Amino acid sequence: MAVLHVNPTRMELTGMKRRLATARRGHKLLKDKRDELVRRFIILVRENHVLRAKVEEELGEALMDFALARAVMEPGALRQALLYPAREASITVGQRSILSVRVPEYHISEGSLSKSRLPYGMADTSAQLDNAITTIANALPNLIRLAETEKTCILLADEIQKTRRRVNALEYVMIPQFEDTIRYITMKLEENERSALTRLMKVKSMIEQRTT
Amino acid sequence: MRIGAIGEEDAILIFRAIGASAVPAITADQITAGLHRLYQDGVPVVFITEAAARLVPEAMQKYDQMSGMAVIPIPGIRGSDGYGAQRVKESVIKAIGADILVNQEGNEG
Repeated sequence: MAVLHVNPTRMELTGMKRRLATARRGHKLLKDKRDELVRRFIILVRENHVLRAKVEEELGEALMDFALARAVMEPGALRQALLYPAREASITVGQRSILSVRVPEYHISEGSLSKSRLPYGMADTSAQLDNAITTIANALPNLIRLAETEKTCILLADEIQKTRRRVNALEYVMIPQFEDTIRYITMKLEENERSALTRLMKVKSMIEQRTT
Repeated sequence: MRIGAIGEEDAILIFRAIGASAVPAITADQITAGLHRLYQDGVPVVFITEAAARLVPEAMQKYDQMSGMAVIPIPGIRGSDGYGAQRVKESVIKAIGADILVNQEGNEG
C-alpha cells in the first residue's frame, strides 16, 4: 500500500478525491489516444511494408540497369551524361497532425513527373542508362510515399511509447496511490471520530458516577 | 525543395539523373558530414543506402527524432540487406511490443 505523505484531514481528503477524479479522466483520455494511435500506426506500417517491398524491387531493377550502363560506358562519359539533370526531383513539404503528432506530408512537384526526359543526347550513352533512369523516375512517387509513411511510422512509434508510459504510470502508480491515500485518510478520520465518541461516553459515565 | 541521396557513388549516381542532390560518401565521417550538410540545406527527404546507414547508427537515430528531415534507407548496389525492413520492425516493436508484421507475412505465405 503506497500512501502519500499527507495530513489526515478533511481538506486533504477533498483535494485527494479531486486529484483522483482528474487522474481517472486523464487516464481514460490517454488510453483512447493510445488506442487510436496504435490503430493508425498499424494501418501505416502495413502500407509501408508493402511499399518498401515494391520500391526495393523497382530500385533493384534500376540499379541493375545502371550497373550494366557503367560497365558499357566510360566513367567520364557517364558522369558527363548525368552532370546536368533534365528534371528536378523536387517536393513540397506539408504538415499534418495525427492526434497532435506533427507528421510531414510530401508532394511531388509537377515538373518532376514528366516522363521520358533524359538529361543527355542519344549518341554517347547506352540504352541501359535510359532504362535505369526511366525506371527510377517512375519509382519516384513510390519512393516519396515510402519516405512519408516511414517517417510518420517512426514519429508515431515514439508518441505511442510516450503515451503508453503515461497511461501505465497513471493506471499502476498514480491512481492506486490516490485510492490508498483516500482510504487511509477516511479510516483515520473514522478512527478519530470513534475515539472522540468513546471519550465522550467515558466522560459522561464518570460524571454520572460522581453525581450519584 | 530538392530531395537528397547519400551513400556509395555506384548506387546514388542514378539519383543525380532525376535531379536529386547526390552526395557520395563511404566512411562514417563522410556520411555524417554529408547528412549534416543536407540538413543545413533544408533537404526534407534523404535516401541513404543501407550499407551507409549501418555505418552511422547515431546519426540515423538523431534524424529520426527530428521532424525536419526524413532519412530513408534504400537498398544499395548489392540489393537489400534487410536494414530498412529491420528499422520498421524495430519501430513496430517499440510501439506495440510485438512484431505484427511477421504474422502478416505468415498469412500471405
